[in-house]
Amino acid sequence: MDFLQREDIVGLLAQTLVTATPLTLAALGGILCERSGVVNIALEGIMLTGAFIGFAVALATHNLWLGVLAAIVAGMLIASLHAALSVSLLVDQIVSGMVINILAVGITGVFYRTFIESSTTIGPGTLAHWNIPGLSAIPALGRIFFQNQFVTYAMLLAVVGVYFLIFKTKWGLRTRACGENPAAAETAGINVYFVRYANVIGSGALAGLGGAYFSLQQIGNFLPNMTGGRGFIALAAMIFGKWNPFGAFGASQLFAFSDAVGSRLQIAGVKLPIQFLGMLPYLVTIVVLAGAMGRAVAPAAVGKPYKKS
Amino acid sequence: MISRRLPPWAVNAVVVPLASVLCGFVVAGVVISVTGSDPFQALTALFQGAFTNNAAFAETLVSSIPYIFLGLGLALGFKAGLFNIGAEGQFYIGGLAGVFVAYSIHGLPGLIEIPLAILAGMLGGFVWSGLAGALKARFGAHEVITTIMLNYVAFLLANYLIDGGLMLAKNVSTPRTPEIDANAQLPIIIPGTRLHFGLILAVLAVPAVWFLIERTTIGFQLRSVGFNPTAARANGMSVGRTLVLSMGISGALAGTAGIVQILGLSHHMTDTVAAGYGFDAIAVALLARSNPWGVLPAAFLFGALRNGASFMQLETQVSADLVSIVQAMVIIFVAAPVIVRWLLRLRAQPLQELQLAERDEATVV
Repeated sequence: MDFLQREDIVGLLAQTLVTATPLTLAALGGILCERSGVVNIALEGIMLTGAFIGFAVALATHNLWLGVLAAIVAGMLIASLHAALSVSLLVDQIVSGMVINILAVGITGVFYRTFIESSTTIGPGTLAHWNIPGLSAIPALGRIFFQNQFVTYAMLLAVVGVYFLIFKTKWGLRTRACGENPAAAETAGINVYFVRYANVIGSGALAGLGGAYFSLQQIGNFLPNMTGGRGFIALAAMIFGKWNPFGAFGASQLFAFSDAVGSRLQIAGVKLPIQFLGMLPYLVTIVVLAGAMGRAVAPAAVGKPYKKS
Repeated sequence: MISRRLPPWAVNAVVVPLASVLCGFVVAGVVISVTGSDPFQALTALFQGAFTNNAAFAETLVSSIPYIFLGLGLALGFKAGLFNIGAEGQFYIGGLAGVFVAYSIHGLPGLIEIPLAILAGMLGGFVWSGLAGALKARFGAHEVITTIMLNYVAFLLANYLIDGGLMLAKNVSTPRTPEIDANAQLPIIIPGTRLHFGLILAVLAVPAVWFLIERTTIGFQLRSVGFNPTAARANGMSVGRTLVLSMGISGALAGTAGIVQILGLSHHMTDTVAAGYGFDAIAVALLARSNPWGVLPAAFLFGALRNGASFMQLETQVSADLVSIVQAMVIIFVAAPVIVRWLLRLRAQPLQELQLAERDEATVV
């Protein structure tokens, strides 16, 4: 395997962490949402919206940070539509999620064509690489963890943050109560609607930031449907990671690794059709999903609309 | 006011869907205004492109054909509690399997070649979606994720087979499969248009699917599993077998859509043949409320939208993606009828859980 030199293994792992960034962020969003009892298959659409709005704002203001902020806010806004439909109006949560995905394709497509496609403004560029002083000089680890761009650092912090939020705070306890047994939570004085709204909107913030990865960190441009199904792979990562932030992080690394290996093999000129290498992450998702179910236990009330009686 | 004159079923099956479509257009109009274009001009162009332009009406019917097959497939899945997002991929696999048969055989009469090709397409779709059904039945892997993943695999497989060379025609400028045998082409039913015999097959499929769901043992099991899998299991039905079979039939209909599109329209296959039909069909089935008869008008509407949108984009520079906004809004208003009822001042029904069907508690997304 001469394409895997020692240098290259470090490069491969670094690429894996970067590729896993949007997957992990969306999976963390999924965890927040599902821990409170709401299925979120809208992650794909939320990321696409975040990618688009983030890029549009960065292009208009020439400020990447305003773009990142706008991606987060846009994610929260479109997620609140999911919350309104599935929590208040008791629409089937899968249907509501699909609606968001379709709507995101429509909105980003229409506005892309009107405002971006023919725009002659110079692009906003991509977020800068920050080398953390000292740490980035560590052999191998420094290259993998401490020479990244903002969204990747934010992802690493978010993994710890969401873990802390869900398992170590009162809010997390309330969230989990709503996801396991909303009626009992209500009896204990918890406002189930409020908790679910807040978590769905929070998941929108995380997935929106994940969207910013595509347009503002990776390529500095927006392309229609640029999220390419990563929101759905993130859901599989969430399940494989057993609704635990660290688990989801690990599962995202697995998917990203298969992705990175595929593109490495391609560059190395391995005699396998590129289409089969491209199938890798999707096939891994299917196999992992089939293997993880049964062992992974979902929040008991997830997917069930809750109606106050 | 309306509710006093009309029976409740008419309100549910006609008034609410129609009002939902209207509301969808109103929202789309607002979006067009925001982009700085004239909504009336754009929607007029949409209407012209769908109905009044030269041959537009026939083209709208042509576009409705795949929507009917796909919508029936998805509606059947919904009845079994299955959310099949993989119709687009099944369309591809059905197309691949069918077109292979249709360009490989020569010299047999059309009455043999056409059914053979369609059977191959159905089989392709059946196997591809049956796989997702089996993954759900055996491992509890949710069909929403597995079918989406299988979509990507199907696109790449089609790309590999067609662009990669195994099914590539010789001496063509853009990659495509060889032309199908002349005898395998579906005849044109209105001379001078592209409207082909597939429309008749699609319309015939409606009562067939209705019969399958409502009047057969398989249909009964399918509805039972969709309604309450636990009860179905307690009554001795094999839930796993029913899931695989329902998912397979759903995919077989999607595969039929793929091969009929090729036999009737393009006469060869490219790796962009499905062009979003399979995704749009989710909205078709939801708008039809999973009723096979409802699929007909819903598919016609979506055929009109698709045709009208491309003309609108050409005429007014408003992106054809606008149709996705209309679709999303229509689904919202159909799935949350409380909004439309409020707008129409209909007597509100108590807020109820609007699930497609009970889901198996063991599977989650």
